[in-house]
Amino acid sequence: MADQEYKPSHSPDPTEPADPDAARPPATPGTGADRTSDAVETVYDASTGAAAEDRVAVASQFQLMWWRFRRHRLAMFGGIVILLFYSVVVFADFLAYASPQASEAERSLMPPQRVYLFDDGSFSPHVFGLDSRRNPQTFQREYFANPDDKIELSFFAEGFEYNLFGFIPTNRHLIGTKDREIGESVFLLGTDVQGRDMWSRLMYATRISLTIGLVAVIVSIALGVVMGGLSGFYGGWVDMVVQRMMELLYSIPTIPLWMGLAAAVPDHWSILRIYFAITVIIALIGWTELARVVRGRLLALREEDFVMAANLAGASQFRVIFVHLVPLVLSHIIAAVSLALPAMIVAETSLSFLGLGLRPPAVSWGVLLQGAQNIQAVALTPWLLLPAIPVIVVILAFSFLGDGLRDAADPYGM
Amino acid sequence: MSTEEAPLLSVKDLQTHFFTDEGLVRAVDGVTFDIHRGKTLGVVGESGCGKSVTARSLMRIIDRPGKIVGGSIMLRKPRNDGSNQIDEIEIGELTDDGREIRSIRGESIGLVFQEPMTSFSPVHTIGNQIIEAIQLHRPLDDRAARNRATELLTMVGVSRPEERLDELPFQMSGGLRQRAMIAMALACEPDLLIADEPTTALDVTTQSQILELLQDLQEENGMAVMLITHNLGVIAEMADDVVVMYLGQVAEKGTVDEIFYAPKHPYTKALLQSIPNIYQPSRVELPTISGSIPHPYNRPAGCPFHPRCPEFMPGTCDVHVPETLVSPTGQHVRCFLYTEGAVRIDREEATAGKDASQ
Amino acid sequence: MLGYIIRRALFSLVTIFLVSILSFAIIQLPPGDYVDSYIAQLQASGTPVSTSEAENLRARYGLDEPFAVQYGLWMRQVLRGNLGTSMQWQRPVREVIGDRLALTMVVSVAALVFTWMIALPIGIFSAVRQYSVADYIATTIGFMGLAVPNFLFALVVMYIGWSVFGLNVGGLFSAEYELQGWSFGKFLNLLSHLPVPAIVLGTAATAQGIRVLRNNLLDELRKPYVVTARAKGLSETRLILKYPVRVALNPLASTIGYMLPFIVSGSVIVSIVLSLPTVGPVLLTSLQSQDMFLAGAIVLLLGVMTIIGTFLSDMLLLLIDPRIRMED
Repeated sequence: MADQEYKPSHSPDPTEPADPDAARPPATPGTGADRTSDAVETVYDASTGAAAEDRVAVASQFQLMWWRFRRHRLAMFGGIVILLFYSVVVFADFLAYASPQASEAERSLMPPQRVYLFDDGSFSPHVFGLDSRRNPQTFQREYFANPDDKIELSFFAEGFEYNLFGFIPTNRHLIGTKDREIGESVFLLGTDVQGRDMWSRLMYATRISLTIGLVAVIVSIALGVVMGGLSGFYGGWVDMVVQRMMELLYSIPTIPLWMGLAAAVPDHWSILRIYFAITVIIALIGWTELARVVRGRLLALREEDFVMAANLAGASQFRVIFVHLVPLVLSHIIAAVSLALPAMIVAETSLSFLGLGLRPPAVSWGVLLQGAQNIQAVALTPWLLLPAIPVIVVILAFSFLGDGLRDAADPYGM
Repeated sequence: MSTEEAPLLSVKDLQTHFFTDEGLVRAVDGVTFDIHRGKTLGVVGESGCGKSVTARSLMRIIDRPGKIVGGSIMLRKPRNDGSNQIDEIEIGELTDDGREIRSIRGESIGLVFQEPMTSFSPVHTIGNQIIEAIQLHRPLDDRAARNRATELLTMVGVSRPEERLDELPFQMSGGLRQRAMIAMALACEPDLLIADEPTTALDVTTQSQILELLQDLQEENGMAVMLITHNLGVIAEMADDVVVMYLGQVAEKGTVDEIFYAPKHPYTKALLQSIPNIYQPSRVELPTISGSIPHPYNRPAGCPFHPRCPEFMPGTCDVHVPETLVSPTGQHVRCFLYTEGAVRIDREEATAGKDASQ
Repeated sequence: MLGYIIRRALFSLVTIFLVSILSFAIIQLPPGDYVDSYIAQLQASGTPVSTSEAENLRARYGLDEPFAVQYGLWMRQVLRGNLGTSMQWQRPVREVIGDRLALTMVVSVAALVFTWMIALPIGIFSAVRQYSVADYIATTIGFMGLAVPNFLFALVVMYIGWSVFGLNVGGLFSAEYELQGWSFGKFLNLLSHLPVPAIVLGTAATAQGIRVLRNNLLDELRKPYVVTARAKGLSETRLILKYPVRVALNPLASTIGYMLPFIVSGSVIVSIVLSLPTVGPVLLTSLQSQDMFLAGAIVLLLGVMTIIGTFLSDMLLLLIDPRIRMED
């Protein structure tokens, strides 16, 4: 390890200690060539550490993680995007302006409206009403913006009633119209085949898709931590069995399996039951990665000197596990979760897209994308593909966040 | 260290810096020394003093973001055509991955270093890697190169060389691997062998075997050896001349006798004192150098050694950078203790011509 | 070496056994049994079925027996090459999926080949020129490739194909070859249709491959043997290709093992979007109509083929990594 110190250490932050091993000269055995001599040994004086290093020395595990995470710009950005998305989950009713189920054949497959922010130079957001007519050749309904039919938009307007946070009854919505029934005149992202407003449906779909991922992840954490924990802590035949199970799930294609299991969910179940059934199916197959992480960390940590030191100091097994090991593994679990969540979201989206996951009237991203399943739909009504954007953005954001967290979970190295 | 013949390699004021995201690291900061044919130059210092970076600078194999930013490395290479002509090559000025520098690597300068476990590619046989080294510089066909490789392994004392050639590194012991490494470095009979901590990772018996081997080989073919180590015992045993490095600078330089019997620099003295001695009274604590090597991004002003120096002179050592002084016998030392009137040195006078980056 | 082969082979067999149980469980899972749905279908088409007829049917298919016995019966049939009859197609399962299974594998292997053709050079380049603009671009594309679920990617490709080139990029054959038997022309036609599904399927795996290769290579480039090789006088290009790339390939070969399940998995959903004549669309319709023998057979065969593929990739690893070859 001689002279390795001059290679860039991985810490752009000067408050971060350099690799603690790097500062120590390697222990040198005396040579056979000279009987009396030994190496250049230096004894280190701990008190020479700068104030900044003291700060690092006493920082808790999570402070270290946070410092490290903060430097990861993309991860911070990802985190903010995810917070925004989850605020949509909370405020879906407020952000929507029409009921997601309100259908009307007259309004089938309307294209998105263009929003004008100014009228004659003054701020006055508005859209134009759409007139429809049937194309005499194709019998398709075609829509035209009517420049005489100006629909003014207002904010925090009244609309349909709902319960904010589930218990505060209100009828305020982000967007409304001044003098018109909004559900019949404004279609920011167009409508689907049944004439339902895409924007409002997208808001509710976000709620479902993001929470299903969350619930599935909680179930797989439980499975992963238990299986990985058993496997990593007890080793032996328990480890063998769990390992083989994990390898099995790794070595077979999961989508056909998901499809098979999901197809077995009875049609007549309620939305809620189907929701949980799908969640469990996704979690059943998705726990392996978490278990792998937990097991790996536990196995590595079991061998660490500080565990040995704690044992020798007379700490109980309980104390070793919960005071020393759990916080260390926890950070890795958090990182693994943020990487597992997008996979769960994709799983739900894919299953629902195929019609095997959530079924209408439930709305999720996958259910919305069902409308864009074939080439005709994609070619003629490309706005039905819009729900793909949040899917991609959320997955990217989670990947960035997860990468940052994973780096941060290892405060002393990379 | 006076030799009539011009030195094989002259390093003058070499500066190798690392441009990291965190800041500039002056890994080698103005190092000067000569290496003579048939002699061994020992380079000694604590980890991180720039020994290895110096060695790698000579072969121009510094990893990014390191860069040679100043100084000269002059190699005097005899022509291959049998004439007594000597080419002077300025290594520092060669293009990075050009043919000239590649013909020097392995051909004129061989390198052996610390990690015998990882110095060979784990998935190629030893023979493959040695034969490659031969064929890069010698126009030999596969069979001839293989014979040469067998010869080399025999020379470094590997038994059953023919079979060893087809073995993979992980099938050999550390000592054997280090021998194979030496064989590979010697494949083209280099003029200079750089041995960067060649024995650090080996057990004591193997260490002495390897060192003896190096000495024998040197006697046989008269090559120069640059031996880098932090083990003063090895230096005492092997070296003719010694360079003591501290934080990228040469603290002291002289013959092995001068360094061991008449050390000048406080750092050299401290190093020598920290060697356990069997004549010492027992149960006396071994003297150590106080403090630790400063953080590379944060080197002290003035003499880099002053925070740890037992003879620190406030107002001088922490303000001014000492100049290199040469004794009549040729011993070099970089310390204010030997400057006339050092303690009373005038502030303006000293700051005038010097700056920390020198 | 032999020990390694035997170990891998044994593991594959055990995995195949477990997959067969899972597949059979899928057959058994839906409420009611296959006779129920058969009867429902007959009744819907106007043919009433009496209770005794239903019982006969059940007895014939062994549906009253416990799970283990039914599994045994099914396995015996399967091992004889009889995968049961598809209710929906009224034809033996083997006939329904024969060609389609082969095409599934063709598409998956094409995707794997595409993956390596792209991932290898980009991964190497991105590691050697770490933190260059090209590295950032490659890394970003890698992230995107991982982030876009491949069925969405398929939709987007289809949309672009339609709106920009006016082409229907779906399918594996042109209309004129679709119903023909195999010929050289049909083969060429297949080749010309392969790139789109291969790219759609391979992109996520490629992104992953780039990341794995880049990380492996960055690790390897810091190893002392690279310095050794450089000190010999080897040129940088030859050095990188001969040593670190070679060493970094080993873990890469082992990733084929888990890329294959991933790709086969993706192929099911992508082929539904791109309407490829592979098992994907059949699996979907069989699940929708609860044609469970067909669905179970497809899940089983996909699993088995993947396991065999993984086993082959293990053998490949054996070929390129002398360390495993020398074991015991």
